[in-house]
Amino acid sequence: MNASTGVATRGPISRMLEREDALAFWLLVPTLVLLTLFIAYPFVVGVWLSLSNATVGEPGGFVGLKNFAKIWNDSIFRTAALNTFVYTGVTTVFKLALGLWLAVLLNRHFKGKAWIRAFILLPFIIPTVLSTLAWKWMFDPTFSVLNWLFWKLSIINTRIGWLSDPDLAMGCVIAVNVWRGVPFYAISLLAGLQTINPDLHEAAAIDGANRWQRFWHVTWPLLLPVTMVVVLFSVIQTFADFQLVYVLTGGGPANATHLFATYAYQIGIGTGLLSEGAAISLAMFPALLLVVIFQLWYIRRVENR
Amino acid sequence: MIEGAKWRKWLWFYLPLAMFILGLLFPFYWMVVTTLRPDGELYRPWNHAQYAPFWTSDPTLDHVKNLIQETLFGVWMWNTMLIALVATLISLLCGVIAGYALARLRFRYAGLLGTGIFITYLVPQTLLFIPLAEIIRNYRIGDTPWALILTYPTFLIPFCTWLMMGYFKTIPKELEECARIDGATRWQAMLYIIFPIAVPGILSAGIFAFTLSWNEFIYALVFLSSPEQKTVPVGVVSELIRGDVFYWGPLMAGALLGSIPVAFVYSFFVEHYVAGMTGSVKG
Amino acid sequence: MARVLLTRLNKKYDETHAVKDVNLEIRDREFVVLVGPSGCGKTTTLRMVAGLEEITSGEIRIDERVVNDLPPMDRDIAMVFQNYALYPHMSVYDNMAFGLKMRKFARDEIEKRVRQAADILGIQALLARRPRQLSGGQRQRVALGRAIVRHPRVFLFDEPLSNLDAKLRVQMRVELKRLHHRLETTAIYVTHDQVEAMTLGDRVVVMKDGLVQQVGEPLELYGLPANLFVASFIGSPAMNFAEVAVAESHGVLWAEAAGLRIRIPPKKQAALARYAGQRVTLGVRPEALRVATGADAADHAFDSTVEVVEPLGNEILLDVRAGANLIVARVDPATRVKVQERVRLALDPERLHFFDAKTEAAI
Repeated sequence: MNASTGVATRGPISRMLEREDALAFWLLVPTLVLLTLFIAYPFVVGVWLSLSNATVGEPGGFVGLKNFAKIWNDSIFRTAALNTFVYTGVTTVFKLALGLWLAVLLNRHFKGKAWIRAFILLPFIIPTVLSTLAWKWMFDPTFSVLNWLFWKLSIINTRIGWLSDPDLAMGCVIAVNVWRGVPFYAISLLAGLQTINPDLHEAAAIDGANRWQRFWHVTWPLLLPVTMVVVLFSVIQTFADFQLVYVLTGGGPANATHLFATYAYQIGIGTGLLSEGAAISLAMFPALLLVVIFQLWYIRRVENR
Repeated sequence: MIEGAKWRKWLWFYLPLAMFILGLLFPFYWMVVTTLRPDGELYRPWNHAQYAPFWTSDPTLDHVKNLIQETLFGVWMWNTMLIALVATLISLLCGVIAGYALARLRFRYAGLLGTGIFITYLVPQTLLFIPLAEIIRNYRIGDTPWALILTYPTFLIPFCTWLMMGYFKTIPKELEECARIDGATRWQAMLYIIFPIAVPGILSAGIFAFTLSWNEFIYALVFLSSPEQKTVPVGVVSELIRGDVFYWGPLMAGALLGSIPVAFVYSFFVEHYVAGMTGSVKG
Repeated sequence: MARVLLTRLNKKYDETHAVKDVNLEIRDREFVVLVGPSGCGKTTTLRMVAGLEEITSGEIRIDERVVNDLPPMDRDIAMVFQNYALYPHMSVYDNMAFGLKMRKFARDEIEKRVRQAADILGIQALLARRPRQLSGGQRQRVALGRAIVRHPRVFLFDEPLSNLDAKLRVQMRVELKRLHHRLETTAIYVTHDQVEAMTLGDRVVVMKDGLVQQVGEPLELYGLPANLFVASFIGSPAMNFAEVAVAESHGVLWAEAAGLRIRIPPKKQAALARYAGQRVTLGVRPEALRVATGADAADHAFDSTVEVVEPLGNEILLDVRAGANLIVARVDPATRVKVQERVRLALDPERLHFFDAKTEAAI
């Protein structure tokens, strides 16, 4: 053994991997393969499907944009499209407002803070369908605890058909989504709040700003990057949401609460019209793309300010 | 900082906080109470004289027993655990090395690939489930755990990659440089120096991925058909509702027990979970 | 023990030309210091020798072997980083043993070498600890230990003392010098601190903007700076500069400025002859000035007004103004002058420097 250098030989594979690009290639290959197989490829297949008249069992042939024309004339599809936008918009606003409020509350020191913070995340951790089932039970017209509560508070006399009234049902769906999403917003925004140097608040206070002004001029701008990222994730997830509506209302009553995803499921899997289902799913894509592009542009702008 | 009278503190802090906590946790309480309630009490209408929602005078484990003995709940648990663990493992493996490559190595297309992986995170499952159902069927892995084990990484890997990228960037480059001067090859420096230091980040990513797997629904719903193959979310929703009748007792028991594994894992790793979640947002 | 040869070394990053045509020979067992302000290219040069940066053009040889394309692990070098770069998840022992493990040394050989290095550095008691349990000085020693155990051909140091507090830095400087005497290994040391450069280097390389300004032994750089930059960089407080006109009077050249009329010393008369009637830069170190006595000739003295008095105990720094020039002088601690007082200063004619006003080269 060479006393001053030891054994310095390395196999040919090690040497090849010394090059940055070679190593990077091999480290990325598994990911790229999986993502290509199960995202890129299905996406292409999905586009093809939407342009065909395939059903379960029958491969079908190319039919151009017929499916898209068909769903556009489908009033349920239009309702679903409108619902999805309303659902996404309204829930995001509420989640942001309530999440921010909760984050600000949690940003202080109090006993049991760690415990409370841990418990607060439960709605987000627990599988959505399971917690939604609990809500469904709470909304059940005959046995609803909410009905009982409002009755006891003398607000109502007859029962409220939470999920049987089209407008109420939409409200319920929105409420459950907000319930589920507030913790995510709150904890993420809390983390963002904690990176803001407290010296800045003190300087602003000395400069004469009151609580609201401090929030608006110091906290909010510094929180904006984190906020935009949180909103980006949330908007995409909410826009493409399936589980919540499927369990709570199944799209009803009378197709009043359908979203893109649930309607695509009903048509594509439920009735086996794969091509139309694919078209409905794909209808999400342009809106999603626009949202993503807008948010990425906005984030870049905020970061470069 | 809320200065001033004590009542202000109560009004502006304690009260809202209490309302939040109440609102966020009440459904779980409801889950627990319903699980322990005997059927007779359970099916009392809301305006019944003896409707006592917040507690039960006669707790019973019948629903739990029913759930475990009369249904395939145990099998679903096993399936879900298996799928979640294997999918998480695969995703961590891929995500950690991909994250390292993107964070540390300089090569052409680095920016492009990073953006590409980020974009796939934004392609929701509900957009792909129909074509994927066809593909899964054609490759004959439909109705097997493999359908999910291979497809879950599609949304787990991008997240893990992104998280690990942010984490690796906080580790000083000098450590690798020193290791390479000391005599390590690039991959040895990565494996023996960087990865051990990154264990907290890997743990965070793993925990988060695990809970995401449990939460997945539409792929599991569409790709699995036999009751023995189902996962907990799908099984509880599809098998415990016979016709139009909801068996709320077992349903809530199923919801409760189905939540426990995730809550359990989460409780041990809260810090890591939060780090994972906030890391992905700040990174 | 090795010889390092840098030939026409260049490094370009996109548009920045960080290292420009550096030629340097580092002899066996020599301790060479690369010194200069940040951005001068010294660290980049070091990293190219280490193999951490790609070489744009030029050649690096270690012991006659061209190492341009060799990865760091094959160059048989060791490096001590500014931030110590200790592996946080390993004990001190494992930190030091890591390189030897990677090279598949036998267990007992590793143990022998680690203990030997620990003895030299006085860190035997720390072997089981983790880096986070150590102080800055201790961490630096462990970093040194990790480099020593490898018995490399060349030691590379990247500003190793910059993160230590002033007192510790002085201590470690002495220790480093002792270590070098003991180990006799070729070393390349990078720093921005000219004091470290002067005290540690067998030879010092002053760099600026990617170019080598001057190479030489410390006292050579001090006494015979090749240009204005080296003259101003080496020595603290820095050399005083004044713009003067070279005037001829009865066959003798004088340096003149408002409030200043100095006879150019005989050994410089010839060199400055062609600058007659032009402006040049005059340089004189603070330590070459003192309060004039009656015995001092008028042609090596000038009058000035005291603006600031800085008593240091072992000496006094006088900041004075002569005409348009601000001059710092190091004078005897017993000197009694007050602010606003007029004082006459004498300079040592043997220690005057002249620089071309345009090229800044020494005349």
